[in-house]
Amino acid sequence: MSGTSHHDHDHDHDHDHGHDHGHDRDQAHPGHAKDEKVHGYYQLLGLALKELLIEKGVITAAEVRAAIEARDAITPSLGGKVVVRAWTDAAYKARLLADAHSAILELGIDMGPTELIVAENTPAVHNVIVCTLCSCYPRNLLGLPPSWYKDRDYRSRVVREPRAVLKEFGTELPDDIDVRVHDSTADLRYLVLPMRPQGTETMSEAQLADIVTRDCMIGVTVPKAP
Amino acid sequence: MRGTHDLGGLPAGPVETVPHEATFWEKQIDAIHGLLGDSKRRITVRDENRLYIESLGDDVYNTLAYYERWTAAICRQLVDKGILTQDEIDAKVAELRARGVGADDPDDRDGAACKP
Repeated sequence: MSGTSHHDHDHDHDHDHGHDHGHDRDQAHPGHAKDEKVHGYYQLLGLALKELLIEKGVITAAEVRAAIEARDAITPSLGGKVVVRAWTDAAYKARLLADAHSAILELGIDMGPTELIVAENTPAVHNVIVCTLCSCYPRNLLGLPPSWYKDRDYRSRVVREPRAVLKEFGTELPDDIDVRVHDSTADLRYLVLPMRPQGTETMSEAQLADIVTRDCMIGVTVPKAP
Repeated sequence: MRGTHDLGGLPAGPVETVPHEATFWEKQIDAIHGLLGDSKRRITVRDENRLYIESLGDDVYNTLAYYERWTAAICRQLVDKGILTQDEIDAKVAELRARGVGADDPDDRDGAACKP
């Protein structure tokens, strides 16, 4: 398991003034972390690098801002759109499982050069994704990974004792289900296609989208009928 | 030899299943990282960036938070590639401190991790 390369992103930002320290900026910058402070050398260093790169014209404040906004615009609802489409359109689901990269492009989601495999949960198989080496994640579908996805505890343990880890997320799987753990790389990402729960047959696509959470597309939980 | 970053299968504690939301500072580092590697700049390369993070050493890797590791790795690359000098960076950090950024931090560290 495990691949080699990691990360890809693209964004920019903005805000070359001490955006992380404090008190007086709430009105000037509504919507930004209100209590955020600089803690420690590395945070200062990050701000120093940003200011220097802007001063030297390597990046601009506008690019930084645009990059953050672009990233903020990607939420798990994008992945949810893919899942709901697969739940409601068997032909689409077949295309998604055969060639996920092309199938999500049909919905306007571009993985760029990165490969994507959609792993389908069935009554016999439950899938869960991880990046043991770092933090590779289907960002184009789900946005930034949750903090636990990048933490040592999840990365270390989910490949060895996935059932125990899933239990910590409140997910208990029957013993006769195979659990498959997919270790992501920079070049290959995974998305879990959860099973459509019983009792959702009459739900609209919008209602279905509400039960498809980020965590069930990572595979640490399963969707539940409301 | 197992690298510091190669965590799969090692013993560890319970997963903190309630995530913290990305802070604005974290988003800025994420954004800078993306910009430096984009098609306009191509200053950093994805795999190379990873190598820098994986080369921070056990102590640093295990002490710093995720985006702090990124920051240290970006810093080293920018110096190694001649985009910035260590003197410029030190001066800018001092300037930020003089402006009061981080001045009230009780948990300051010396930043040895990103010094060559």
